[in-house]
Amino acid sequence: MTASHILEHPEQAPTHDLIVNDFSITVGTVNGSGSQTSNLTILRALFKMGVPVSGKNLFPSNIQGLPTWYTIRVSKQGFLARRDEHEIVVAMNPATFAKDLAEVWPGGAFLYADDIKLAINRTDVSVYPMPVKQLSRDSGAPTELRDYVANMVYVGVLTWLLGIDLDKVYQALNFHFKGKTKPIDLNFGVVQAAYNYASQNLTNNNPYRVEPMSATEGYIMADGNTAAALGSIYGGVQFAAWYPITPASSLAESLVEYLPILRRENSPDGKNTYAVIQAEDELAAIGMAVGAGWGGLRSMTSTSGPGLSLMAEYAGLAYFAEVPLVVWDVQRVGPSTGLPTRTAQGDLTFTHFMGHGDTQMVVLLPGSVSECFEFGWKAFDLAERLQTPVFVLSDLDFGMNQWMTTPFEYPDTPMDRGKVLWEEDLERLKGEWGRYRDVDGDGIPYRTLPGLRHPAAAYFTRGTGHDELARYSEDNQVWHDLLERLKFKYETARQYVPAPVLDQMENAKIGIIAFGSTLPAIEEARYQLNEKGIPTDFLRVRAVPFTAEVGEFIRQHRYTYVVEMNRDGQLNQLLILEYPQEATRLRSIAFTDGLPLTAQYVREAILAQEVD
Amino acid sequence: MSEQMTSPRVQVNLAGLTKADYRGNPSTLCQGCGHNSISSQIITACYELDLVPENVVKFSGIGCSSKSPTYFLNRSFGFNGLHGRMPSLATGALFADYTLKGIGVSGDGDSASIGMGQFKHVMRRNLRMVYIVENNGVYGLTKGQFSATADEGLMLKGHGTNPYLPIDIAWEALVGNATFVARSFAGDPKQVKELIKAALSHDGIAVLDIISPCVTFNNTDASLYSYSWGKEHEVALHELSFVPRFEEIMVEYEEGEIKEVTMHDGSKVILKKLEQDYDPKNRAEAMRILEEANAKHWLLTGLIYINTDQPSLLDIYNLTDTPLNRLKEAHLRPAPETIEKVNNLMF
Repeated sequence: MTASHILEHPEQAPTHDLIVNDFSITVGTVNGSGSQTSNLTILRALFKMGVPVSGKNLFPSNIQGLPTWYTIRVSKQGFLARRDEHEIVVAMNPATFAKDLAEVWPGGAFLYADDIKLAINRTDVSVYPMPVKQLSRDSGAPTELRDYVANMVYVGVLTWLLGIDLDKVYQALNFHFKGKTKPIDLNFGVVQAAYNYASQNLTNNNPYRVEPMSATEGYIMADGNTAAALGSIYGGVQFAAWYPITPASSLAESLVEYLPILRRENSPDGKNTYAVIQAEDELAAIGMAVGAGWGGLRSMTSTSGPGLSLMAEYAGLAYFAEVPLVVWDVQRVGPSTGLPTRTAQGDLTFTHFMGHGDTQMVVLLPGSVSECFEFGWKAFDLAERLQTPVFVLSDLDFGMNQWMTTPFEYPDTPMDRGKVLWEEDLERLKGEWGRYRDVDGDGIPYRTLPGLRHPAAAYFTRGTGHDELARYSEDNQVWHDLLERLKFKYETARQYVPAPVLDQMENAKIGIIAFGSTLPAIEEARYQLNEKGIPTDFLRVRAVPFTAEVGEFIRQHRYTYVVEMNRDGQLNQLLILEYPQEATRLRSIAFTDGLPLTAQYVREAILAQEVD
Repeated sequence: MSEQMTSPRVQVNLAGLTKADYRGNPSTLCQGCGHNSISSQIITACYELDLVPENVVKFSGIGCSSKSPTYFLNRSFGFNGLHGRMPSLATGALFADYTLKGIGVSGDGDSASIGMGQFKHVMRRNLRMVYIVENNGVYGLTKGQFSATADEGLMLKGHGTNPYLPIDIAWEALVGNATFVARSFAGDPKQVKELIKAALSHDGIAVLDIISPCVTFNNTDASLYSYSWGKEHEVALHELSFVPRFEEIMVEYEEGEIKEVTMHDGSKVILKKLEQDYDPKNRAEAMRILEEANAKHWLLTGLIYINTDQPSLLDIYNLTDTPLNRLKEAHLRPAPETIEKVNNLMF
């Protein structure tokens, strides 16, 4: 979604002195307390009111008991990146009460559970105690559910405070509980009770309000892992093997959820046209996926950093033996176990060069949740066309948060199954073919599939040196030619990968290059920079290898800022390798602290260098 | 890649193929290596079973053993994968076409050390595949280091004395819920061949732990993995013969002299009683006999355990009758009208 698109929508004139549809809400709770339901309810109610909104879960690697925050951005302009400023803060966790209070933006509102008896030492914020214990007791909820419904109290108070439409809250709960009356009524009852309590006992003197808009029409709310799974299903996924890991697990789990719904109807006999296996580890998960890809199935695995480290060995084999498969990496913070529940873009160079010896992997970089869907099916076409592993780099922010996104679009091209010789082809060729022979001059050979009933179909696949007929070879010339062909095949990949997306501003002298989930922060930063008289052009890179437009873009700008969420500027490194002559025009803005990037950071980082 | 020539004088099997159609490339392993003997028994077993080579897929990991799939069944697809990771590769590949029979060849380094995890997990998944471990207690390609199956106290030139207790492949398979566990000896080719045939007819994982001496690094008389030790210490559980489906049992046996195991495809394994009255369907008995064999230093051979009731991996997945790798776009991509439904499932 672009900011300019949202601005086209007519909006209601803001009430005098009130700040409408432009603030952030942050809720501090204890994880495992069921607050996610409450947070999503607020997010969805706002979305249904037509107000552009984003929600990000900033959670610990823990099942129960540690502090967790959820931050919601409401923006009539459609700027949906995370902000460091919190105008509305809800404190449900005594352990973080003081910190949460300290972070309320001056003039903002502070809501807290009134059983927390801690000092409130600020006079510049409006304060709203909530009788959370009382209202959850009164709700009639069974004892074991009381802690969960307790979080609905802040939904009710926020609904009153901000002017959220209660009907939309009901719709959100109805969606969450899949129309099941009992939990909907129980939770909505608490929301209503809290709403009533607030309207009778509290005085609303905070300036922040929501008012209905029509800016979310034509959008859906979805997370990137679900989108990736659905896209894979429309790509005809036949085999997926995986091992549980945060934040990638829900991708494979979504496959398990949606495959039976979407793929039964066109099965030739009503039986399964796919298999999903939870493997014993990531070594096995990718091993299975390589086996299935070699066997001619549309095959995938999904993981995150530590899993990728284990997968390096099979990835190298798949590259060398030319086996198609798709690897989704939902990035989290590394190195090592890192911050398992925090987001980053730190796996770009690792995936691209994954494997010992000379390897060059094709990497796709979706920049929105709907693009996670699109690359879900496209990745299979690329993998089979190029006979190589294709990595798709999502991240925790995409994967596990709900995003406002354009609806998923049905694939606009038929499946590309690549160069496969079937029995009739082998007949026509009189059995004369070579598995690793470059017949078409594009570096991509032909392959046959196990199960073909032709005496000349079989070949022997190996990770050792092999000639055009797939025979073992240690011949120096054969080895050299093979590596050169693989390099040439990688060149061919450039014509197949998604081209970057260009967004220009008038009179822009400087450029920005970025990828993935930083898009909202960059769009907002560009708007702000433009307000300060610094227009920028923006190229959103969507794949490695780069296509010609990337080099062209760098050459056309005095400086290009390469913005990414990692320490070392990995995209910048790849750009320098690709365009060494342009290296002095590239300026790296690389930052990682586990949180989604803010526009402020991007803006200030660019300003600091532009002022010089 | 080869033109097939059949002259009427050349003997052919029921698949219309000569034994040459089952051959592989010449072996590059050492003269006298047990693995070569196993390769030739695979060739003979497949020929005698009238298997069409295109219906077989070969897999291996890394090591001397894992080179051997190039020495048999040239007309079969094969994949020489990564060290210790053959089971996962085979698992994925066999989903491509459920009619394929898998033959995996591994070694004691490949399965008992680096690949122990995948070895155990392919057992519990009951993948329909013959899993041969060419077990010689030593690393050959890297020049004679101890493997995890080497006997405690074994002395090897340049490597001293092995201080560790060994891993027992057959035991691990059994504990791992394998549904077919056998041990054999490369020096007993007839038994190897009959066990391969039985394993190829098993609808599940069939582990053949074959003691296969390394003539270069571990063939001294004192080694439990030498030809001489095997010849002197082999204790066969039974005399084993395989009778394919549709074939009559020709030999007459006396009452109580044999046990019959009917395989999933209707073929039979005939177990002729020797000293022991052994029932391979009894898992507890299988564990006991392995313990006894270890204690008495027997090279216990034969069909140690079989369970024909457990469904194999592919059965669990209820796959289409058309092999998955022959499904077309119309079978794989949901219809255009479904996209609206999907978007409506989102908020």
